[in-house]
Amino acid sequence: MANSATAGGFLLVLAIVLPVMGALLSLTLGGRHAERIALILMPVGLTVAVAIAAVVWRAHNVLQYFVGSWDPPLGVAFRADGLSAAMIVTAALLISGIGLFARAQFPAQGGAKARAPLVFWTLLLMVWGALNAVFIGGDLFNLYVALELLTFAAVPLVSLDGRAETFAAALRYLLFALLGSILYLLGTGLLYGAYGTLDIALLSGRIHAGPVAWAAVSLMTAGLLAKAALYPLHLWLPPAHAGAPAPASAILSGLVVKAPFFLVVRLWFDVMPGLPEHAAAQVLGGLGAAAIIFGSILALRQARLKLLIAYSTVAQIGYLFLMFPLAVRPETGHPWATAAWTGGVLQAVSHAFAKAAMFMAAGLIAEALGHDRIAGLAGIGRALPITVFAFGLGGLSLMGLPPSGGFVAKAMLLTAAVAENQWWWAVVVLAGGVLAGGYVFLVLARALADAGEPLTLLSTISRSRQAVVVVLALCAVLLGFVPLRPSELLQIGRPGLPIAVFR
Amino acid sequence: MAFDTGLAVLVLGVAVWTITARDTFAAVVGFVAFGLLLALVWVRLAAPDVALTEAAIGSGVTGGLLLGAHTHLRRTETAAAGELPGAALRLAAAVLCAMVSAGLAAIVLLLPEPAPTLAPQVAANIATTGLGNPVTAVLMAYRAVDTLLETVVLLLALLGIWSLAPDRVWGGFPGPHHDADPQGVLTFAAQLLVPVGILVGVHIFWVGSVAPGGEFQAATILAAMWILAAMVGLVDAPPVSRRWLRILLVAGPAVFFAIGLAGFAMAGAFLAYPPPYAKLLILTIEIPLTLSIAATLALLVAGPPERAPQR
Amino acid sequence: MSSPTLYGLCGAVLVGLGLFGLIVHPQPLRKIVAFNLIGGGVFLLFGVVARRGAAAGFGGDPVPQALVITGLVVAFAATALAVALLLRLFHETGRATLRSDG
Repeated sequence: MANSATAGGFLLVLAIVLPVMGALLSLTLGGRHAERIALILMPVGLTVAVAIAAVVWRAHNVLQYFVGSWDPPLGVAFRADGLSAAMIVTAALLISGIGLFARAQFPAQGGAKARAPLVFWTLLLMVWGALNAVFIGGDLFNLYVALELLTFAAVPLVSLDGRAETFAAALRYLLFALLGSILYLLGTGLLYGAYGTLDIALLSGRIHAGPVAWAAVSLMTAGLLAKAALYPLHLWLPPAHAGAPAPASAILSGLVVKAPFFLVVRLWFDVMPGLPEHAAAQVLGGLGAAAIIFGSILALRQARLKLLIAYSTVAQIGYLFLMFPLAVRPETGHPWATAAWTGGVLQAVSHAFAKAAMFMAAGLIAEALGHDRIAGLAGIGRALPITVFAFGLGGLSLMGLPPSGGFVAKAMLLTAAVAENQWWWAVVVLAGGVLAGGYVFLVLARALADAGEPLTLLSTISRSRQAVVVVLALCAVLLGFVPLRPSELLQIGRPGLPIAVFR
Repeated sequence: MAFDTGLAVLVLGVAVWTITARDTFAAVVGFVAFGLLLALVWVRLAAPDVALTEAAIGSGVTGGLLLGAHTHLRRTETAAAGELPGAALRLAAAVLCAMVSAGLAAIVLLLPEPAPTLAPQVAANIATTGLGNPVTAVLMAYRAVDTLLETVVLLLALLGIWSLAPDRVWGGFPGPHHDADPQGVLTFAAQLLVPVGILVGVHIFWVGSVAPGGEFQAATILAAMWILAAMVGLVDAPPVSRRWLRILLVAGPAVFFAIGLAGFAMAGAFLAYPPPYAKLLILTIEIPLTLSIAATLALLVAGPPERAPQR
Repeated sequence: MSSPTLYGLCGAVLVGLGLFGLIVHPQPLRKIVAFNLIGGGVFLLFGVVARRGAAAGFGGDPVPQALVITGLVVAFAATALAVALLLRLFHETGRATLRSDG
């Protein structure tokens, strides 16, 4: 393992410290400067993220840092493996893109109008810092604090517009999130009581199958599922993500909701490697399948565009949890386990880009039309062609059509399912793709329909904002050119998983 | 042992009352009592630092916040009572929760003996931190990054609360204005109590390095004194847009970050303290941190701005 | 039965009680109180773990105790944010309920 106070370790600290200090500076200086601070930090943070990925790739090993030079179990460790590196870079790219998009919506202001820009830019930086803390945290309690940081940064974004229904949505989100956190904390306490450490690497060596470990992991997983809005704990997500302003919805659906999924992966594959029972993984997969089916069906029934996209998030999160029954028990040496691993992570990353692009496109459409009723979208395809094109590109990833990251992800999951004789997951993946096609085409058909008379837009939508949306959607498409085999980057840090070879 | 049994039964009894009481006011009062009893339990569990924190934050400030909320929401009581779920759902929930409790109880009984512990490691390393209180050593040295992030979490909650204010009062005065009644008994009591409370707070902060106490408990006491003074009208909350207030709030975490980053140069790692200066550095962090946390706690209770700032 | 174990069982019951209150009460303020009860139970379990780890001259393992202090502060911040959201919801709509559509 790479040792503590290396230059690489400094990068891990910066990944958290820079955005958080930027947010504190924003809070001090006020609404006039918040936007500029965020815009200055974006390229810096992006450089740090790419640097971390480069160091991890070059060393082909986990990058580790002991905070304060205290070794675990006494101190707290930061660790970045291939998975962390991929998520950190995704977060940096998305935050930068969303920030550029949001400049027009939250311009720097002072006085009475300073509330929304100050809050937005400060919370954007805090979400970024919190996400990085989740991705590199190597200590379970440190991860609890990072999760709370993320929740407190995300919830006020929901009610940023100040509309009455958003307060209810934000409160419901907060209550679900708090229940999730306290269950997670309870599990952490039980693990400490049984093994005397909360460091993930140390725990993986000490933990053994037994009632205490099972209870702890079940509690923590249940809590994280509530935060990830996995069926049936998904009720809070659609009103919250649909009620937030478009850039906030992009952050929430693209990144915030992936963090608890990331922690379930850490818990199942790093804290207790090789331990999870096949049955437990099937339960998780079953919930994921239910999320895909019910989420997609509910999406088809929505009358408002943003709610449709939000229910689509509920469905796409389900794909992430299909990874578990297909990747658990890697020590059987089954090569398809690593295909499922790559597929799940690729789904998380490509969905982040695709969903962010779709929410931002919906935001532009709502700004132009003054409403987001799907029935009233006729003619917008002609008025905002670039935006609708971006929406369609994002939809490719959701449906799992080539070329898109979503296609590669779902193809890997399909292949793993068939190869491991768990064909029922393959059925679910295919059904989900068909249903996603349903609701994407529902929107595109209306948008591309002829309105009869030319549409008068409520406001002009700048080319640069549309360009940002298209670029993010193209990122999701570019991921489709990733080779159709388990990623070497994502394998860094995975103990004992053989690299599979696709024929 | 008999005392512990009695205390545990009492705690559970008050908790049951808090959950099953019809009236929300009774439930909140029950919760405050619950918190104070819990503080006693912490003393019995040989955790005086936690007992202080539970009494001050868990029971005192939280109780005040909930009581204040209840006053506003009194009118909604009758409407809400009609939405109580049916008996079947309540029974199902009761069964589910009983199973959860039973499972947890079983786990408690299954915890390994002898219990794993980090106490020896804490004791072995505490000399390099210059501290005498092991809990403070964990908070400010071994797991300082948790404390640092937690302070940011507090501040973030405050920003979240401020974000709820309507645009027209943004940056304004939190909470309603309280008029001072110079002849009032409460004002008199406050004028006596507040200086004493401040001294107690400072004392608890100071001894926290070697005895139970520390910045969180001290900050809560200071915040409570401020809240008391504001309630009787001796002081008024400043408008939240004031630069000096923002600096006060941010100073604690900012100094913490600065010393943490300086640790790279001084001791080779983020948040590392060179042993000869460890206690001095920790003190340098703790003083602004206590003030920032006190201000944050007080403002968290005060709520979002309600009166427009003067332009 | 030793007194830490007794308090551990007490904590287990508190978690169940709080969970019941969270599920059953329609008023968000009661849910917030119930959530704090669950928190109390969870922290109590940490405290039991700490007491069982008494060694090296300390009455309890300082690490879980410190974690509880952190948790108490975070729980208060959560309560404050939830209460502020609830009050704002009430001021806007005149109702204090989460029972809306969707």
